[in-house]
Amino acid sequence: MALLSKKDANLIKDPLADNNPITIQVLGICSALAITAELKASVVMAISVLFVLGVGNVVISLLRNIIPAKIRIIVQLVVVAALVIIVDQVLKAFAYDLSKTLSVFIGLIITNCIIMGRFEAFALGNGPWKSFLDGIGNALGYGVILVIVGFFRELLGSGTLFGMKVLGDPIAKTGLYSIGYENNGFMIIPPAALIVVGIIIWVQRSRNRALIEEA
Amino acid sequence: MAINTEKNSYTVVFAVLMVVVVGSLLAFVASGLKPMITENQRFEKQQNILYAMGVNDNEGDSDVSFVPTTEVEEAFSKYITQQLVVNGTEASEKENAYLIEVQKELVKVKNGEEGELPLLVGEKDGEKYYIIPMYGKGLWDAIWGYISVDNNMVVKGVFFDHAGETPGLGANINQRFFMDDFKGESIMDGNTYEGIAVAKGNNDPLNNDKDDNQVDALAGATITGNGVTAMIKESLKLYKPYLQTLRTN
Repeated sequence: MALLSKKDANLIKDPLADNNPITIQVLGICSALAITAELKASVVMAISVLFVLGVGNVVISLLRNIIPAKIRIIVQLVVVAALVIIVDQVLKAFAYDLSKTLSVFIGLIITNCIIMGRFEAFALGNGPWKSFLDGIGNALGYGVILVIVGFFRELLGSGTLFGMKVLGDPIAKTGLYSIGYENNGFMIIPPAALIVVGIIIWVQRSRNRALIEEA
Repeated sequence: MAINTEKNSYTVVFAVLMVVVVGSLLAFVASGLKPMITENQRFEKQQNILYAMGVNDNEGDSDVSFVPTTEVEEAFSKYITQQLVVNGTEASEKENAYLIEVQKELVKVKNGEEGELPLLVGEKDGEKYYIIPMYGKGLWDAIWGYISVDNNMVVKGVFFDHAGETPGLGANINQRFFMDDFKGESIMDGNTYEGIAVAKGNNDPLNNDKDDNQVDALAGATITGNGVTAMIKESLKLYKPYLQTLRTN
């Protein structure tokens, strides 16, 4: 990490571990529940948020001295919405197949509280480069949790990863299914995501007790 | 900064400028990309229609691959022999009938107005396919698709797609394990119009029974499944008078 000063590197590293947007700040839970039934959807959502948060943070940071405080939330919303629409249109024109898989999530990005949260808490008070790193770091922290949750939910719920049957065929009874294993249908419904996120939070806090909030 | 960003006049000017700038930017992007997007959507329609009549690039038993965009135009004119517009028991030819927006026409017809119901006739290996576009609603958003039947109203293939069903649940209506189940089902039960129901607990997960007008539902996607049932029933009903005239048994 010679490219980045220690302080800058922390902007990326912190959200990945001890200041994770989902497990510590408890932001972005809504999308973590909704779209993590499949690993592929989780990865796609993580990449989309990475782009929007990275660019959005820079734009807000550049405008930070001229945005009127009274309407700053509206300005932030306009920036996110405009970015999201541009991404959507460009994908539709140049990568139509990809845009079909993404369409559900692109819209969801606008409502992702992590994005508004970072604009408000970081980009409005810091320079563009730092804001960019902060955006990337938080998007990665969000993405990591999404991928972990997606991995367990797809594996245990459907017996597949990225749509590939890794545990054998449940209908033809091959692989694990031949010895009586069954997919857990509970894993593909949203409450299961809450339980997986809960387990991650538990593991993380028992490894680093400093993270446990005072009751 | 010399400007006082707290002043009301500044706030108003900023808001107005922001709207104008962002608005023109988006309008510029949208109109610049529109021709490409329309073209992509036209290719997608052709790919979906061909998929419903079994013209695709599928490999293995879970793959859904369309004819590549670069070849779809050619394949479409090769396999689709007639493009018709159906009105009751009558059908007349119409150029590019596949581009008709089914969503609007279905609404018109249901309200008792005149609408154009497109029907495409395809031919592959000497067999005829009657391909009917469908449109309905799932849990969150629109669902649509194409269904191809033979002249006795037995399904030869389907294609479904959706705008925003839940990933991993309702979104699976465009997967092979769901779509392939429809093949061989009839939309008629003897002489009565039945449609095809997406049924829970029909004790036939492998779909061996082809006479029950039912396919096995997707777990956790009841409302999307009901949407598919309704879509098939409502859309095909309007074509039934014409399809009836083609029957040979």
